[in-house]
Amino acid sequence: MALKKDELLSMYHELVLIRRFEERAGELYASKEIGGVYLHLANGQEAVITGAIHALRETDHVITAYRDHGHAISRGVDPKYVMAEMFGKRTGTSGGKGGSMHIASKEHRFWGGYAIVGGHLPLATGIAMASHYRGDDEVTLSYIGDGASNNGYFHESLNLSGVWDLPVIWFIENNFYGMGTAVEEAAGNPILHERAQGYGIKDMGRIDGQDTLEVYEVVQEAAEYARENGPVLIEAMTYRYRGHGVSDRLFESDARADEMTQFKERDPITVMAEHIRKRDYVDTEAELKRIHERVEEEVEAAIKFARESAEPYPDELYTHVYV
Amino acid sequence: MATATMEMKRTQMREALRSALMEEMRRDERVFVMGQEVGKWQGTHRVTRGFYEEFGPKRVRDTPISEMAIAGSAVGAAMNGLRPVAEIMTINFAFLALDAIINHAAKVHYMFNGQFTVPMVLRVASGWGNQATATHSHTPEVIFAHFPGLYVAMPSNPLDAYGMLKASIRDDNPVLFSESIAMYSAIGEIPADDPDYLVPIGKSDVKREGSDVTIVGYARGVNWALDAAKELAKDGVQAEVIDLRWLRPLDLEPVYNSFKKTNRCVIVEEALPMFNVGAEIAAKLQEELFDYMDAPIKRVAAEDVPLPYNATLELSALPDKNKVVKAVKEVL
Repeated sequence: MALKKDELLSMYHELVLIRRFEERAGELYASKEIGGVYLHLANGQEAVITGAIHALRETDHVITAYRDHGHAISRGVDPKYVMAEMFGKRTGTSGGKGGSMHIASKEHRFWGGYAIVGGHLPLATGIAMASHYRGDDEVTLSYIGDGASNNGYFHESLNLSGVWDLPVIWFIENNFYGMGTAVEEAAGNPILHERAQGYGIKDMGRIDGQDTLEVYEVVQEAAEYARENGPVLIEAMTYRYRGHGVSDRLFESDARADEMTQFKERDPITVMAEHIRKRDYVDTEAELKRIHERVEEEVEAAIKFARESAEPYPDELYTHVYV
Repeated sequence: MATATMEMKRTQMREALRSALMEEMRRDERVFVMGQEVGKWQGTHRVTRGFYEEFGPKRVRDTPISEMAIAGSAVGAAMNGLRPVAEIMTINFAFLALDAIINHAAKVHYMFNGQFTVPMVLRVASGWGNQATATHSHTPEVIFAHFPGLYVAMPSNPLDAYGMLKASIRDDNPVLFSESIAMYSAIGEIPADDPDYLVPIGKSDVKREGSDVTIVGYARGVNWALDAAKELAKDGVQAEVIDLRWLRPLDLEPVYNSFKKTNRCVIVEEALPMFNVGAEIAAKLQEELFDYMDAPIKRVAAEDVPLPYNATLELSALPDKNKVVKAVKEVL
């Protein structure tokens, strides 16, 4: 089914928003307004976020690992609350107690960013199990880094979802590296989607993770299948322009310059702009330009909000340890 | 609390647990069990005997041998509105699931600022058995009790097991519920018809009153303490025995009250001796009640070794009544 103009522009807006949000976050980390030792940026991976999440219903569920800012934004969380969380402020999505890696919003059915590689995968199994148990018509989209596909959580969680025929979309974001280690140096069989066979779940193959619309279409199909039949596995090929985390300077060195250039030619934002241009709308260029301008304002407003928000109260150290 | 007028029935600990779990599943559709062999095979320790037949495969879910996924998917299901009672066959295998328990069950509520709750119970069988050897003989609940966010339950008798399991299932926090393998066949009494009998979370219990020495235990430690108290009574020594019941929340008020009276304390546990519950209590007593202390605080625990296969060696490594009596005599 063909997407309407406003839907395409909305996706384009989101890609640009996530990109600018991440670029500014990196700068704010460098200037020490964002603290801590962890900040995992998704520059270059926007299409796997926007394409997949837009294919879901509002009642569906999303869970991911630590590279989670964009997922929250795509799910509808106002970027200012995400930014405030990264500033450690009381107005943040987790009240300043979670930080960059632990953004979540229950009302948006975004179950969070998790920071132990693979640790969220059984949570996805359980979230989907609860939907299935109640007979709700909901699917759970679980992102998986390529690195996570090699630890025990991946095996146990995907297998259990296969045993119980749970409505999960297992979505590997293959960005070619787990930190600095290449997939082929880490996986006996580096074609990761083929693992579906071992768990008796539907293998939906490799897709172009730079193309938002391709991701959107495949995840739509996956969601329909998962709702009716059980889990699926998708491997989306993408690339991150930045290191694994902000402390990873090596990744951005000359060693990877060639492949970086190659991927930037198929940048998610460029690819999406091409899709839109092909539709021959009037004023396309002006509309795209306006989106970039609007994003600039939105991101700066988010930063202003975060900057001006209050610190958590001292006694919040002790709240929410228990219910 | 069980009262004198309440009608009681005699039962084994495993049956007390079974009744508690079955009644909670009948009461609340959101409660379900999952784990290895819990269904068709009737439960490794027979606590879920008959469940598969009554509740069916949706609510009695056999799992593969996947401890990380058992614990982790229980966390997810609990976050999304169910009340899982997951079973890991023995606590030794829960080591495989430590990350899911410590990093997710215990922390999800806090790190997302209260957005999610994790009302799950993780049942584990614990302790040393008949020559179960080094890897199958742990009583390591202190590892779990180390972490804020979890509750840790360790009942010492069928009545407490019944009321504690019910309270754990009804609570909105994650509970590691440890059942002593050696006590599954222990006999006691539970209410014949009071499905709302609950033992409050985080309440210790004075199991025997006395004025000469305070003996603190939990799980099997309580039984060694009570046996020792009987023996000591023959010599005119009246021991007060306090059952912690929960390692988290740790309720030391009854211990403090008792210590103010006896000025002496021995802590008895099946766990290893280093960094154990006894160490915590000894530290707290000297911090809070230093002026009441008339003798060194003694700990009776397992020997600091992995457990061997040989039966005589195994027994010699473990606490028993005699070791408790000896420790008490050293502080009198």
